[in-house]
Amino acid sequence: MLSGEERKEIEMKLTDYPNKQAMSIESMLIVQRHRGWVSDESLRDLSEILGLSVADLDGVATFYNLIRRKPVGRHVALLCDSVSCWIMGCERVRDQLCSSLGTPLGGTTADGRFTLLPIVCLGACDRAPAMMIDGKLHEDLDEQRIEEVLAQYE
Amino acid sequence: MEKPLTGNFRADKEAVSLAEYERAGGYQGLRTALHMAPADVTELVKKSNLRGRGGAGFPTGMKWSFVPMGKDAPHPKYLVANADEMEPGTFKDRALMERDPHQLIEGMIVSAYAIDADIGYIFLRGEYERSYERLARAIAEAEARNYLGHNILGSGYSLILHLHMSAGRYICGEETALLNALEGKRAHPRTKPPFPQVSGLWGKPTIVQNVETLCNVHHIVNKGPEWFHGLSKTEDGGTKIYGVSGKVKRPGLWELPMGTPMREILEDHAGGMREGLRFRGVLPGGASTDFLVEEHLDTPMDYGNVQKAGSRLGTGTMVVLDDQTCPVGMVWNLEHFFAQESCGWCTPCWSGLAWTEKILFAMEQGKGSTRDLDTLAFQTKFLAPGNTFCAFAPGAVEPLQSALKYFADDFRRHIDEQRCPWRQ
Repeated sequence: MLSGEERKEIEMKLTDYPNKQAMSIESMLIVQRHRGWVSDESLRDLSEILGLSVADLDGVATFYNLIRRKPVGRHVALLCDSVSCWIMGCERVRDQLCSSLGTPLGGTTADGRFTLLPIVCLGACDRAPAMMIDGKLHEDLDEQRIEEVLAQYE
Repeated sequence: MEKPLTGNFRADKEAVSLAEYERAGGYQGLRTALHMAPADVTELVKKSNLRGRGGAGFPTGMKWSFVPMGKDAPHPKYLVANADEMEPGTFKDRALMERDPHQLIEGMIVSAYAIDADIGYIFLRGEYERSYERLARAIAEAEARNYLGHNILGSGYSLILHLHMSAGRYICGEETALLNALEGKRAHPRTKPPFPQVSGLWGKPTIVQNVETLCNVHHIVNKGPEWFHGLSKTEDGGTKIYGVSGKVKRPGLWELPMGTPMREILEDHAGGMREGLRFRGVLPGGASTDFLVEEHLDTPMDYGNVQKAGSRLGTGTMVVLDDQTCPVGMVWNLEHFFAQESCGWCTPCWSGLAWTEKILFAMEQGKGSTRDLDTLAFQTKFLAPGNTFCAFAPGAVEPLQSALKYFADDFRRHIDEQRCPWRQ
């Protein structure tokens, strides 16, 4: 069941568009902001609200990389692997993150603290390498900085 | 030197407030425009020779002139800001939105007025949360002052502006794919014609413009096309926000006259290469532009001259390759991005790019063969314009085709030595 808050947010945003289909992406992002991901159950709930089939919604969900169809940890770290960050050493950052957190890229730590995902260019190329945790940008990552950043997240 | 786009930026990187924006002459361009006929606004933009700053460089005024106008024109008409900045190496629109959100909003209102649009959307990439917060606040402020909404400043013109948060995928930057995404569908590009100017969002006339392009419009209306020409060093009008990333001393963004030579940007502004490193090449305008090398350093960075040098101005944000970074590895990284981001709609693109990436990866791993070089060269032809549904794949192979030309010896070494000489 969607919460009252989720429904309210979706209904408010619906007025931005001439039809309900246009809300398919943002409605999933709203659910995800509340729950971390979009479950099969949420898809069914959204399909009722929007009058779209579950298959249609899942077709959209699986197209967009920022819509997550699997549960994630308490924090989601997006590590930029695009060209400027690559030149500035994002492979080293990745290796350190994976070993510090004990999870491969794409995985979630055993304690559910972090999910570590690759992401395309975050638009922080002048301060590469960069990553984003829960929507907050962390730049100029080096060995020491990475540990400092991780320590900010319980 | 005048910096109309970034001159008001605050040193603390906070957003210019509405009060500060108005004090600096903000929303004057809107007032001027509302006293003009929409067609006259378009005419000014045409005369200014403003060209799209998102990568393609299409003349903005000309694009607008294709929108049906007058009593019989279909409504609602739409104006969409393409704020889906996702070209690797590009970070200029984020700065414009975070640091001066009202500038984009004013540019959008004036542009929407010129095409008599009823509704505007800012199509914002999902990761740009700070931009979202600042734009949402600025839109509410603009509505409260009646710069937006019903009967704007008593002019009889009305515009509603919405902020749309996207959910990823580089293909959304392609304007017809963006329209499908806004309609809540998978972001596959559409067949052209019909062009969006005639049949775009929900089949209605729609103009899609890059953020930086829109930010110029009200300045042109306020100060005139001659002033705009005067900002530039070449025939393309205005300033340009140039950027440099890679191993230079001072990576960053600078608003400079359009046509500023590449060397001046790289050496005077970015401070040249870091100690002990040599310049080997540069992607002048993001991941989907051809490499340029030392012999091109004096190229003025405008549309025509970069094209003459064999590449594209693209987004004007340069990615520098140094001599201690592997060119093959860099091209592998670029093609990894493109293979991943292909929307999957047409076979040459999804299949060709995945194939290309695999070959480059194998080469980096010391498993390349001479035949691979022929296959890579074949892919650059096979994925050329005309063979794919949209411009994605042709752009994707631009850095590859130029790397094969300029860094042939480096490819050769990977194959001969069966290893990447840059990896331990």
